[in-house]
Amino acid sequence: MVAGIAKSRAESPNVIRMSGVHFAWPGRDAFTLTIDAFSLPAAKRILLIGPSGSGKSTFLSLLCGIVAPQSGAIDILGTDITKLPASARDGFRAEHFGVIFQIFNLLPYGTVIDNVLLPLSFAPGRRARATANGTGEAEAVRLLTRLGLEPRLTRGPSAANLSVGQQQRVAAARALIGSPEIIVADEPTSALDRNRQAAFLDLLFTQVTEAGATLIMVSHDETLAGRFDEVMHLDAIATSGQGGRR
Amino acid sequence: MIVLRLALQSLRNRWLTAVLTVFAIAVSIMLLLGVEKVRTGARQSFADTISGTDLIVGARSGSIQLLLYAVFRIGNATNNITWASLQDIASRPEVAWVVPLSLGDSHRGFRVLGTTPDYFTHYKYRQAQGLRFRAGGPFTDLFDAVVGADVASALGYKVNDPIVVSHGLGAISFVEHDDKPFRVSGILEKTGTPVDRTVHVSLEAIEAIHVDWQSGGRIPGQSISAAEVRQMDLKPKAMTAALVGLKSRLATFRLQRAINEYREEPLSAILPGAALQELWGLVGTAETALKAVSAMVVATALLGMVTMILTTLNERRREMAILRSVGARPRTILGLLMAEAGLLTLAGVAVGVVLLYAALLLLRPYVDVTYGLHLPIEPPAPPEVTTLAFIALAGCLAGLLPALRAYRLSLADGMMIRT
Repeated sequence: MVAGIAKSRAESPNVIRMSGVHFAWPGRDAFTLTIDAFSLPAAKRILLIGPSGSGKSTFLSLLCGIVAPQSGAIDILGTDITKLPASARDGFRAEHFGVIFQIFNLLPYGTVIDNVLLPLSFAPGRRARATANGTGEAEAVRLLTRLGLEPRLTRGPSAANLSVGQQQRVAAARALIGSPEIIVADEPTSALDRNRQAAFLDLLFTQVTEAGATLIMVSHDETLAGRFDEVMHLDAIATSGQGGRR
Repeated sequence: MIVLRLALQSLRNRWLTAVLTVFAIAVSIMLLLGVEKVRTGARQSFADTISGTDLIVGARSGSIQLLLYAVFRIGNATNNITWASLQDIASRPEVAWVVPLSLGDSHRGFRVLGTTPDYFTHYKYRQAQGLRFRAGGPFTDLFDAVVGADVASALGYKVNDPIVVSHGLGAISFVEHDDKPFRVSGILEKTGTPVDRTVHVSLEAIEAIHVDWQSGGRIPGQSISAAEVRQMDLKPKAMTAALVGLKSRLATFRLQRAINEYREEPLSAILPGAALQELWGLVGTAETALKAVSAMVVATALLGMVTMILTTLNERRREMAILRSVGARPRTILGLLMAEAGLLTLAGVAVGVVLLYAALLLLRPYVDVTYGLHLPIEPPAPPEVTTLAFIALAGCLAGLLPALRAYRLSLADGMMIRT
């Protein structure tokens, strides 16, 4: 359903191109978001600054193909995902996106390894890449180790016993496994203290660079700006509104 | 597959509610199947009780009543039939045999049946099985008695033990025929019919214990000893009913009609099978009501499951957002929740069946002794399997309710984590 995507990375200088996008959540007086033009080059680390209420979640939902805009085009890796049916967008997300949330990233009853391997169930391409040099488990352990999770925890019984910092590392491993092209991180460090923030970002950056992926991190914390290739403000990209009819 | 494993782990994480839900479904399944077992068991027991008898003759009454008191020892006769009328019927050319039955006395809660030794050869149950003696034999002496298997085991009787028959049918009687004690001459094998709970004596014995009685009490100042009574003419004058066997079944309806139109005395002749059918028609409503109630219980259990899954949905929105973020379709989430409902229902059905057979094994001897109900332990019959499959399907469909809600939630939430 998403054939011919992989090759497009080389052809397109921009991994993401949005143009004329307008989206309104269903219902009257609902939140709307309009993006006239937005593009992101490949293999960059971008910090997207957006205060709460600026349409951050909506922007990410559009980007990841959870929702489709009422108008406009969202071109990702050469595919206009607005043209895809909803289930194909889900498949596309599984193959090409790794997502890290602010908190509550893991299924608490699952093992650490299962949590990391979860995306591979929905993405055959990522599965093939993750198992190219061995088993998916081995790849998960490798990523977890590179992200600084103690070995005794990688084989732990369930993810519920981990600290917030450890959970974020597992989430990062889950986002990175099978080398998706785009890593979306939604305030992944806001639950961490300064020192751990820095350590987490170091590990994340190293792995993202190694995988050649594009990192889009959303935050309201501008002090992180120095560590990114580019800083964008969501207000400058998108205009949000209330109750606008399309 | 990891998704399924995680779904199972999710369920295990909520094991207490899951176990209780499964148990509720299991109990309802056990009830549903149990009612059906008891129903078919009762029908089979009833149908098995009499076999090989073509007609039952008694005083004029309803056919069900006659069947109940003559064969099942339930209720009482409204009237007796005379010995003369019975002789008249017995002498008809198409009649092969007649076994008279005389009821009305009891022995420590068990009915006493006055009959002839022919009873032990002509009475048949469960596909023409005859009565067999476990010990001793038919009555030969006037004061001999043959007891059924349950009577012997409940009261601990052995051959040659003395027993005293009470007048009337109460379990505890204050008027006893204690001046004329009986001797146990034989003990019958277990049959699973009312025969097990019957004390059989000869017709003459019934006459003998009543010679000095009138209107339910001893005639004052008149007492005839057991020795004296042996000298008297004990030819029976009346009995309660009679089993009739014919030489050819083709004559059944002709004889039935002749007996029903018998001029000398108002009599009824019934076909046991037809009367049983009439009985089923009567109890059918109650059976349907029972079935409906147990079906309701199953529905309630499934509703409980739906409620359980629905209440966990809110706390599981996080789980669904994570699944969505890694590429799960809303359809996958719908499937997961339906699978959960299906799994719970299937587990409930399986546990229910196990519980049913455990209960059957455990309660069978008790039910057999107490209610005379023989419950066979057999694998579920095709209709029962169909019912179970239907319930499993209903469980999956019931899971559609929380699943659709989860579907809508996950569409609305997307990958936003709401807590």
